Amino acid sequence: MKIHEYQAKEILKKFNVAIPKGKVAFSVDEAVRAAQEIGGSVWVVKAQIHAGGRGKGGGVKVAKSIDEVRQLASQILGMTLVTHQTGPEGKVVKRLLIEEGINIAKELYAGIVLDRTTSKNVFMVSTEGGVEIEKVAAESPEKILKETVDPGLGLMPFQAKKLAFGLGLTGDAYKNGVRFLTALYKAYVESDASLAEINPLVLTKEGYVMALDAKMNFDDNALYRHPDIMELRDLDEESPLEVEASKSHLNYIKLDGNVGCMVNGAGLAMATMDIIKLTGGEPANFLDVGGGANVETVSSGFKIILSDPNVKAILINIFGGIVRCDRVAQGVIEAAKRVSVNLPVVVRLEGTNAKEGAQLLKDSGLNFAVANGLKDAAEKVVAALRN
Amino acid sequence: MSILIDKSTRLVVQGITGGEGSFHTEQMIEYGTKVVAGVTPGKGGSKHLNVPVFNTVAEAVEKEGANTSVIFVPAAFAPDAIVEAADAGVRLVVCITEGIPVRDMVGVYDYLKKKNVRMVGPNCPGVISPGKAKVGIMPGFIHRKGSVGLISRSGTLTYEAVAQVTAQGYGQSTCVGIGGDPVIGTKFVDALELFRGDDDTEAVIMIGEIGGTAEEDAAAYIKKHFNKPVVGFIAGRTAPPGRRMGHAGAIISGGHGTADEKMAAMKKAGIVVVESPALIGQAVARILGSKSKKKASVTVAKKVAKAKTRKAAAKSKKK
Repeated sequence: MKIHEYQAKEILKKFNVAIPKGKVAFSVDEAVRAAQEIGGSVWVVKAQIHAGGRGKGGGVKVAKSIDEVRQLASQILGMTLVTHQTGPEGKVVKRLLIEEGINIAKELYAGIVLDRTTSKNVFMVSTEGGVEIEKVAAESPEKILKETVDPGLGLMPFQAKKLAFGLGLTGDAYKNGVRFLTALYKAYVESDASLAEINPLVLTKEGYVMALDAKMNFDDNALYRHPDIMELRDLDEESPLEVEASKSHLNYIKLDGNVGCMVNGAGLAMATMDIIKLTGGEPANFLDVGGGANVETVSSGFKIILSDPNVKAILINIFGGIVRCDRVAQGVIEAAKRVSVNLPVVVRLEGTNAKEGAQLLKDSGLNFAVANGLKDAAEKVVAALRN
Repeated sequence: MSILIDKSTRLVVQGITGGEGSFHTEQMIEYGTKVVAGVTPGKGGSKHLNVPVFNTVAEAVEKEGANTSVIFVPAAFAPDAIVEAADAGVRLVVCITEGIPVRDMVGVYDYLKKKNVRMVGPNCPGVISPGKAKVGIMPGFIHRKGSVGLISRSGTLTYEAVAQVTAQGYGQSTCVGIGGDPVIGTKFVDALELFRGDDDTEAVIMIGEIGGTAEEDAAAYIKKHFNKPVVGFIAGRTAPPGRRMGHAGAIISGGHGTADEKMAAMKKAGIVVVESPALIGQAVARILGSKSKKKASVTVAKKVAKAKTRKAAAKSKKK
């Protein structure tokens, strides 16, 4: 799960990770009030959307007076922000973070992520802050310092020190740095984060080390033990269809194509999308109906696929392992009757009782094309698109 | 031969009295797997599906000689169940459970490494050595005994590949569903290492998907150490970056983990990479078909020699 920058900072603050003074604002008036409460003479107005590249897109601006805060807040709130991560359609800004201005001496980087090869967490820091870490990794990998954390021991003090020295910190800044990195690791582990990235991590002219930006993602499987984090989910940031699908316990991701697909199993669902594309169609979605594939799940699947106006044909691909294909066929027939489906539907059933399932579909009197094999299914659905 | 499981597998089912556990225990027994015990804390001393139930895995190991465990325990309790099995002394733990937090698995993985116990999964369909044993939830009937090893991060896509191989007239030595999570007990490289030492495996199918670098690691391993032909497929060429495609581990992040990157690395390592998931079976048939023509005489000679040693061994046993 993703959350906003201001929410990540609130979590970090609970773990004593240093952050600038700041407040969230949902309106221009709130933004002005926030700036007044924060005090000082320089403020930063930051658009809050779940995407990186906000600065470049014009969503982060510095204000030198309260009037300017008002002016920038009204300009950014409601704007459609387009960044390299939002896609060309962009995202509407509905929340702002108002923060005190910071005297930046140096921009650094700190990030924690799971290294899947070793199955251990790895703490990365770099003196090259403020730019994408992937770029640093590609161009000058020697500028990234990594410490692998032992799962039994956790981040050891010597490791935090090594990282802080690696960042070139000295004196009080070094001590602040060690404290910062230690607290950041604790926040990452204890909140079941899948990513904690501070970019830039800044050294201020006064010698403080703080998180100027903060990105945290969380392990969906662990949210059950963090109800407070679960509450931070912002449905505005998700596609309405995906929210609807998740209510029916369906795993649906919207894409831009015209062939809707409904598959059991995530791997087979991706492979089905791939073969649709290879055959000349464009997949409209990823949809895993799971092991059940019964009347209820297929009906909900149909509803969601059909509410995407781009869909011109539907491919159902079910490998009946434990679940019997004749049962799946009955489910598909019932569902198609319940949700009036006016688009061509190609069904491919494989596995237990596949023949019986195919016969049921043929005898149903409904407009199903029954496919034999994965290749045939893709060809039939792409052909249906062209008719 | 086969890898991980065979006729010597003595299985304990953790969570045997639950819905999933019951259903699949029945299926595994029907397939011929030796299910020697079940574990449900509090239900020790009873019998379920005619299998003795114990309170702890340790008892199942001690009293029934269980050497392999399969886990059908809910996600919140599965890490504990895995560690219990390892602690009790089984040699292999197969964890079917989906949805276990990564933080828990990081700790469990580390423990198992130190204990030298192998785990397959979590979030996987399990392992099957056709004709010998099935430890998992895959449909047994699509498999056929043979010489193709299969390693996959997916469930139903694995069945698809198996069905294609069977339809081409070939069978499988062992199919390993390694699972779709970021932290898994057996990675591609680990499974390849096992297949490398398995005389009955003549070719391997590797089914990967977007996310992580396990396929790249496998490609590097294959280039250096592997001695058998490999057919590969990567699911998710059309998956958008930054989105988790069902499996917790299937995500392109920071521009890495794309299908194209993986396919390129695999091709470079000499793996026969198929672009279409419909062509996996054919690719294997092509390799084994030409191999059997070339090496037919060698294989026959090998088999004769093997039969001889087997007979000799049987004789010496009788004595």
